[in-house]
Amino acid sequence: MTDLNTLKYTAEHEWVALDGDVATVGITDYAAEKLGDVVFAELPAAGTTVSAGQVCGEIESTKSVGELYAPVDGEVVEANTALDDDPSAINADPFGDGWLVKLRVDPGAVAGLLDRVAYLALTGGAE
Amino acid sequence: MTHPEPRFTPLRERHEALGASFTDFGGWSMPVRYTSDLAEHRAVREAAGIFDISHMAEFLVAGPDAGAFLDFALSGRLSTIADDQAKYSLVLDTTGGIVDDVIVYRQHAERFIVVANAGNRHAVATAFAERIQGRDVRVEDWTDRIALIAVQGPASPAVLADTTEISGWTTPLGELGYYRMAHADFVPSPGAEPVPVHIGRTGYTGEDGFEVFVRTEDALAMWDALRRAGEGHGLVPAGLAARDTLRLEAGMPLYGHELSLDVSPVQVGLGRAVARGDDDFVGRSALAVEAAGRPVLVGLAAEGRRAGRAGYAVRDENGAEIGVVTSGALSPTLGHPIAMALVAPDHAATGGTLSIDVRGTLVPATVTELPFYRRTK
Repeated sequence: MTDLNTLKYTAEHEWVALDGDVATVGITDYAAEKLGDVVFAELPAAGTTVSAGQVCGEIESTKSVGELYAPVDGEVVEANTALDDDPSAINADPFGDGWLVKLRVDPGAVAGLLDRVAYLALTGGAE
Repeated sequence: MTHPEPRFTPLRERHEALGASFTDFGGWSMPVRYTSDLAEHRAVREAAGIFDISHMAEFLVAGPDAGAFLDFALSGRLSTIADDQAKYSLVLDTTGGIVDDVIVYRQHAERFIVVANAGNRHAVATAFAERIQGRDVRVEDWTDRIALIAVQGPASPAVLADTTEISGWTTPLGELGYYRMAHADFVPSPGAEPVPVHIGRTGYTGEDGFEVFVRTEDALAMWDALRRAGEGHGLVPAGLAARDTLRLEAGMPLYGHELSLDVSPVQVGLGRAVARGDDDFVGRSALAVEAAGRPVLVGLAAEGRRAGRAGYAVRDENGAEIGVVTSGALSPTLGHPIAMALVAPDHAATGGTLSIDVRGTLVPATVTELPFYRRTK
């Protein structure tokens, strides 16, 4: 089980887990709940360069379309292709099997994102 | 007359206890899903779902001229349907545009109930008031007096049969036909006096099912009774998200998407809801001179998983915009994208290939007859 307090967050409801210079990115449980059942995720291919705040993918539910914003500058090293067959992991396990992309990043940029407390304050939630 | 704050149905506390997500719809705060809209959709196709549709507007139409009034105020001939029969109809304006689509239930020759969409409650009330024109009929808005609960799916007859709090059916459940209504007695709590309820074999999912009309003050008891009876039949609470994908698969129009003041019945395949012959009704003269060449409603089926959604452009082989998607989703039952769209009539032939502009990507789509899904009887 991921310790959610160790993750960083964005105002666009993404979470970021940093391991060395590789950041794993997904959407939060709050975002997944708001979207409803995800039926399709379009993710950037490995090698794609993304810049902070830029739309780099789409997450579609039966009811709506959500955009995936790059949380920081980076290069895609891997997209979660398991979601092609079973995007429901984004709802069932948003902080685990439902991860979206891994980016090679400047670790310092990740440090500037929101911490858990700040993110929960943003969504009006609390632990 | 509009409510600035969304209203809640009498079943709000049940939805909140179930952890529902809410959405604003037609001026009401309604459950959009409880857990998973796909699971709720599947339950209705394979077992049964229970929906709170108490936001729907109900009008009592009563009096010696009730039938004649409805024949004039609506597009179809309602005066001649049988007692306890239901009929789909339209409220048109003088230009032939659609003010609302409704279901009319006849209790007897001088008493009908009209069920209208929540968001059109006031438009329908206004139209009805204007169309009485001296007839001996009274029209009362009973929306706040009636709660409406739908039980839909192949297991829905078993759920109703096992609801022991409902008895005294005027037509036995097994003999109640589609688009027919029965009346029964409901005991809201042990030892309480029975209250009358009305049960229509109608729905908006493409499955067998029932819509239960109950007094607002008995809504919680009815919800609980139906859920208890449904425990052994796979009955799950289902929200508006599932209701929308179910009706889309069944090719059923939704006001504000397929239907509006800007389209006439024939454009959207509802010519059957318009009376033939000499009947005089509001909108008739405009329909008689309707110009050819207006867009028509078609089904579109695509491959892959990217769905066209309401408002997306439909393009021909040259990329020219020839229509617009009115509703679309990845069909949970069929596993591929489906949509309804208003397209130029020369592109409406079944089997033709068009494309949907999905946020800049052209997704090929085949013109398909509606509905996309038809239950096996």
